[in-house]
Parts: sequence; structure tokens; C-alpha cells
Amino acid sequence: MSKKVLTTPITDMDLKDIKIGDIIYLSGTIVTCRDVAHRRLIEDKIPLPVDLRGKAIFHAGPIVRSHGNEKFEIISIGPTTSMRMEKFEKEFIEQTGVKLIVGKGGMGKNTEEGCKTHKALHLVFPAGNAVFAATKVEEIKEVHWKDLGMPESLWVCKVKEFGPLIVSIDTEGNNLYEKNKVEFNKRKEEQYELISKQVKFIK
Amino acid sequence: MNITLNRTQQKERMTNLMSKFVSLVSYKLPDDVENKLKELSEEESNPLAKIIYETMFKNQDLAFELKRPSCQDTGVLQFFVKCGENFPLIGQLEKILKNSVYKSTQETPLRHNTVETFDEYNTGENIGDGSPSIFWEIEEDSDKVEIYTYMAGGGCTLPGVATVLMPGEGYEGVVKFVLDRMTSYGVNACPPLLIGVGVGTSVETAAMNSKKALMRPVGSQNENQNAAKMETLLEDGINAIGLGPQGLKGAKSVMGVNVVNTARHPSTIGVAVNTGCWSHRRGKIVFDSNLDYVIETHEGVTL
Repeated sequence: MSKKVLTTPITDMDLKDIKIGDIIYLSGTIVTCRDVAHRRLIEDKIPLPVDLRGKAIFHAGPIVRSHGNEKFEIISIGPTTSMRMEKFEKEFIEQTGVKLIVGKGGMGKNTEEGCKTHKALHLVFPAGNAVFAATKVEEIKEVHWKDLGMPESLWVCKVKEFGPLIVSIDTEGNNLYEKNKVEFNKRKEEQYELISKQVKFIK
Repeated sequence: MNITLNRTQQKERMTNLMSKFVSLVSYKLPDDVENKLKELSEEESNPLAKIIYETMFKNQDLAFELKRPSCQDTGVLQFFVKCGENFPLIGQLEKILKNSVYKSTQETPLRHNTVETFDEYNTGENIGDGSPSIFWEIEEDSDKVEIYTYMAGGGCTLPGVATVLMPGEGYEGVVKFVLDRMTSYGVNACPPLLIGVGVGTSVETAAMNSKKALMRPVGSQNENQNAAKMETLLEDGINAIGLGPQGLKGAKSVMGVNVVNTARHPSTIGVAVNTGCWSHRRGKIVFDSNLDYVIETHEGVTL
């Protein structure tokens, strides 16, 4: 299987044949964008200082070293729980035109709808691998909203073959985590039946 | 150490060592966790699971080589301290630990993860009011201190859960509480997980027990036979759910299940679950009264 690399700006056509469970890599621009940035845009109606059309966001809060003169270096960067952004993501996709949302774990119905209507993907970067991810960041091009502190600032990163990124929601709104959860829950019920019979310690 | 240090020098020495130890914990997993992850990866045949494990091992090698935090969420530092009543710096220890977190944050660097509540600003120093968290036990007739250092991440073991069951719900209720957490929160908490289950009399005793359970080595057993039986049953049961690495399906789900228990009121069963992520950054260091140290969790490492 050849390595599937997407390069920003990304078009609807680029994403057409990509399905949940596929693995892709990203070259181009990805911007860290998490809790407060989502809240500012959607609830407080403050426009984002970066144009995200055709680009990617990363639910992430990196560790960054400052070299002075607005020069920065990524030390560690990895995904944070995407589900926290679920409340805002559909409108976020609609308003920004972002094509890839990279994070950790699954997202819900809102994001499914957003991905389906506006042709976007939710992707999972294997979490906890923050040094590996940092080596795929070539440079920090800009930083915005530094008032939010290091984890929450918008770090605009230039990346090369950033991944593996596992497709968790595709442009048809299919959801890998939700699909898996059905199976997990079924097995859990079976296990509960088995275990509960063996722990009757209160007699 | 042969030279007698004055109090200021002692404080400085311990702060420096603890700062280096915190850094170590950020870029090197303890031996028990490393070994278990290798073992679990060898049992995977699912290609997606294999790619994820490969990424994890590459990441840990790079982190150690570059001396950088292996996960960007270096957490809120939690210290579980068992301090001898005669340890010379018993009264200074809280300040020493707080200063060592500040120092390590500058030097490693660690992420600034301390937000003052209500005023809602990030201190930018990774320390704040009541942060790091320090939990104490005092030991009689001892001049040593044992310190567990733990980086508790915002997506794994800070959002634990606790409840108090009615005795009628029994240990069956405990099992249900743990299993339900696995297929809801656990999927996203970076499996393969180390599960800490606390059983006690109230939410706070259960919660504390569940955190202490995460300090116990992977593969260790509760001394109580029934509790040990429940550990094995839960481990096998959660593995059978097949969460796999990152919750994307696989042969196994957990590194293990550790239960820590204390007595309960006849009317209550307190239970808590904490989900330690695969990047279980836990370290144990023991200082004697001369401030010579032994690191029990990371063999062959010196600071």
C-alpha cells in the first residue's frame, strides 16, 4: 500500500475516496486550535486571526521553546481529547472552511454532520507520541492569541508527512469510534454477566 | 554523602535532584510499563494496532534521545509522599517539591498547565495555588522519604470518577461501574490503560485509593485474595472488550487492573476508577537522611 499524503490547500475532491480506518499523512499547514479558540469563534463571535480554508486544525497544546524575536521551536506536540470540541465543531467547520480536524479519540453527531455537509475529515494522531510528532513539524510560521497561554495559543505549523493520521469520521459522516463502540458495548455486557457471578463477596 | 550540608544546601540539593527526577519521568517510562507495552504489542495482529505500537516505540526512543517530554501533556504533577518522622527536611518538603516543579518546567521544559480557578489565568509557571498536588503519609521510626512522582494528564487520570454504591448493589455494582467507564471514557483515555480501582467508604477515600492503585507496579497483586481475584477478573474482562491501542480495536485493552481497598461503613461502598494512559509517567525515588537517593522504577538511571 502506498503512503497517502494530502497537501494543503485541500479540496473536496482530495477527500472523496477516503474512508474511516484509512491512514493518511499531511504536508502543509496545520494550526493548533482547542477549547478556548473554539469558544471565542462560536460563542463570542470573535473572528479567528488565521484563514483556515482548505487547511487543517490540530486539537493540541504543544510545548514550545522561545528563541526570542518571535522565533519558536516545537519541543513536543500531540493531540488532546477531541470530544471537548464537539459542541462547537459543526459550526466551526461551516464558518472556517477547514478540511481536516486532527485530534484524539472520537467525536459525535455534530461533527459527523459538519464533515458530511462541508466535506471534511476528523483524524486521529496516535496520542502520547509528542516527540515523534514534533519531528514532523518543520517550523512554526506564526503564533496568535498568545494571551491564552502556551497550550491554547494558535500555533501555525508547517508540517511534512505528518502522521500516521487515522480517519475517524469521513466525508459521508461515517464514524469509526461509534461503529467500534457498538461492538465494545456488546462485549462489555457479556463480560459483566460472566464476572458479576464471581464477585458475590457480600453474603 | 560525606560532607555535612547546612539546611540551605540540603534544600538546594534536594530541589535540584527532584527537578531532574521530574524531567526524567517526562521522557522515560518506568521499566514495568515499558516491558508490558512490548509484551502487549507482540500480541497484536491487527495492522492498525501494529502501526500505533510502532509509533509509540519510536516516540519513546526519540524522547529519551532528545531528552524531551514524550507526551506534550506533562500533566499536573502529583506527589505521593511517605515521609519518615525523622527525615531532616520533613517541614521543608512541600516547598522543595513545588520549587522543583518550577525548576523542571523551565529546564526540561514542561508545559504550563496551571490555571488559577475563577481568576482564570494560566500562571505560566506550572505551579499555583495548591499545585502541584502533594499527598502525605507519615512513617514512624524512619528517617527516609519515599516519593512517587506522577504526571497526571488532562485526558487520562485527572478526570477520574467516584461514586458511593449501596451495599445491595454489592461488588457486582463495582464491576459494572468499572466496565461502564471503559467503554465510555476509557476508549479516549489512551489505551492500553492501567486501571486504578479504589474501594472504600466514601468518594474521597475511594478516589485516593484508586490513585494509589496506579502507583503500584504493573503486574503486582492486591494482598487480599478476593480483591486479587477481582483484579484478574476485571483485567481479563476488559481485555476481552478489545479496545486496542488508542481505542481503535485490538487484541487487548489494558496493561493491568490494580485495586487498593480500605474499610467501609456498613451502609456504603465507595468506588472510584482512574484510567492511567499508556504513557504512564510514574517514578519512585527514595532519599535517605543524607539525601542519597535510589530510583526504584527506572533501573540503571542516575540523575
